[in-house]
Amino acid sequence: MNDRCKLLAAAFAAMLTTAAQADINIGVTLSATGPAASLGIPEKNTFELLPQSIAGEKINWVILDDGSDTTKAVTNTRKLITEDKADVIIGSTVTPNSLAMVDIVSDAQVPMISMAASARIVDPANPRTKWVFKTPQSDTLMADAIAVSMKANGVRTMGYIGFADAYGDSWLAEMKNSLKTAGIEIVAAEKYNRNDTSVTGQALKLIAAHPDAILIGASGTPAATPQKELVARGYKGKIYQTHGVANADFLRVVGKDGNGTLLPSGPMLVYEQLPDSNPLKKSAAVYVTQYEKRFGTRSTFGGHAWDAWQLLNQAIPKALNAGTKPGTPAFRAALRDALETANVVGVHGVFVMTPHDHNGLDNRGRVMVKIENGKWVLQK
Amino acid sequence: MDLSIAALLAQDGLTNGAIYALLALALVLVFAVTRVILVPAGEYLTIGTLTLAAFDQGRVPGTVYLVIGGAIIAGLMEATTRARRGEWTLLARRLLLWTAAPVALAVIAAVLATRHLPLAAEVLLSLALTAVLGPLTWRIVFQPIADASVLVLLIVGVAVHFVLTGLGLYLFGAEGSRTPAFSATSFTLGAMTISVQSVLVIATSALAIIALYLFFDRTLAGKALHATAVNRLGARLCGISPDFAGALTFALAALLCAFCGVLVGPITTIYYDSGFLISLKGFVGAIIGGLVSYPAAAAGALLVGIIEAYSSFWASAFKEVIVFTLIIPVLLWRSLATRHHEEDE
Repeated sequence: MNDRCKLLAAAFAAMLTTAAQADINIGVTLSATGPAASLGIPEKNTFELLPQSIAGEKINWVILDDGSDTTKAVTNTRKLITEDKADVIIGSTVTPNSLAMVDIVSDAQVPMISMAASARIVDPANPRTKWVFKTPQSDTLMADAIAVSMKANGVRTMGYIGFADAYGDSWLAEMKNSLKTAGIEIVAAEKYNRNDTSVTGQALKLIAAHPDAILIGASGTPAATPQKELVARGYKGKIYQTHGVANADFLRVVGKDGNGTLLPSGPMLVYEQLPDSNPLKKSAAVYVTQYEKRFGTRSTFGGHAWDAWQLLNQAIPKALNAGTKPGTPAFRAALRDALETANVVGVHGVFVMTPHDHNGLDNRGRVMVKIENGKWVLQK
Repeated sequence: MDLSIAALLAQDGLTNGAIYALLALALVLVFAVTRVILVPAGEYLTIGTLTLAAFDQGRVPGTVYLVIGGAIIAGLMEATTRARRGEWTLLARRLLLWTAAPVALAVIAAVLATRHLPLAAEVLLSLALTAVLGPLTWRIVFQPIADASVLVLLIVGVAVHFVLTGLGLYLFGAEGSRTPAFSATSFTLGAMTISVQSVLVIATSALAIIALYLFFDRTLAGKALHATAVNRLGARLCGISPDFAGALTFALAALLCAFCGVLVGPITTIYYDSGFLISLKGFVGAIIGGLVSYPAAAAGALLVGIIEAYSSFWASAFKEVIVFTLIIPVLLWRSLATRHHEEDE
């Protein structure tokens, strides 16, 4: 390559970078394949509904799939930061992936909005979470809702069966805390795997302990396996599920064995049944009608992606008004500061962010729902 | 643990064990004849269940597209080989066999899908559709490298597993399905409640094993496979085509796996990626049989099922660990008890 060529190439490269810097780059990594695919796919669909520009600036969406794999999520995050010059990162779908990404975004000083549940992702005691926010309700909030409902239903003893992974373990830990204040005792705790062909052994052991209620700490359609087994083995107590089952596929698989099941959920699942005075009713209607028109039945997981955008929708104009240019460290810092003061009505709740609470949801972010004849029914 | 719980667990273990046993038989069969470790066995199982579930919901199963796509690729491969050698009449016959027949089956299935046939007819269609995938896999992937080392065949098997899992996600979606139970009734025998479903699973597995025995012992095709398994070169000298043996083996194996899928569908929810773990347990059973003996493999698989059932009661958190740790003493015993020899082919 001669000198003139090099010069041209350099000039061309310079042009490209300046052109790219004027736009806002939003990097997304989510789990559209692998075990968490049923969560990741509605999230991916939701990003297709989002606008291509904001406050006169063009948005470059870079959406990557991490296959529910932690290593891949880390690789994606590095790629989004270094190659795609992301101003903000949204992701990932599941807790282990999001936890692994925290260190990377905090080193690179890029704000991140996670769509995973665990409260540890935004633990205020960890200085590295300064750059991290998240939209889904924490397990603590949902576990409290279950404990309150159990107490109201006169439950004294509870049995637990959950996934033999971080999801199941973290739910059991949260329930232990919430039940202590409610004075309910855990009499049996069992584990199973998502792909198990049978949970007969665990179900028999749970029933033998005679708990007043059983909580199934699992997500998606695999949560139906223990429920069907418990019903088949003649368990007569109350069955509780977590908000991880709030999708139409769970209703299809669990069938009539799901009747009477109670679970906490984000309000968007049953927004039609909310009173008109609830501000979430309007915001959820906007999202759910758009989503259902293009992709079929609603999924609460897609709502987490929508809420992440609602936060940015408020924070990006604020950061631009502060006089910072997208693509610069100053813009990313301004964006982070704007996120930390966000006050947004989403579809899962009202987000009021503070330096100590990077989730910002309160009791308005949860409702108790009962399954009745294949429908979600809001419990007052 | 009282007697009724122990009996329920035994019944549960035998039911799952019967399914693992069929998978173990398929694995041993394929390995004996073609030296391929059938890693995608679980995918055939999954596809079998999900195909039946799609029929049940009155949808056209994704398997139809899989079969048509596979048939076209196999037809193209066959056409290039035959055309290069100028074997035009053979070309026409092979195209009929590899492309026209599977496509016809797929089209029939697609047409019948929305008509809500009786369960038995839907089961037969699902089995046929999935079984066709076996020979197609053989023709497209394994036949061109049939003489490669066991290691290469294993690695290619893993690749096929990933490809089929990915296609499964695309064709069937991320969510799981259940198929309707053959029978929801149960009867009591002494202190035991026995569900008709698990009796059916065990009985049909036993029947399938007997049918396999008769096939190998009484039919010409079965004897040809048996001969290939015993001595590949000798069988070839006697005029048994290794290509034919491979295709037939894969058809049988895919049929067995799909049969497992139909049996397991009403018991548990099956996802596009469920098959691997189930087939891995069949594999543990097959290893106990040393990958050569059918009765030992079936017995090993039953053992796996029973151990799994009791360990899920006693220590559910360590269930998989217990089941898969079982393979270590077996391998130790096998490596001490048998003379080690390098592959000498």
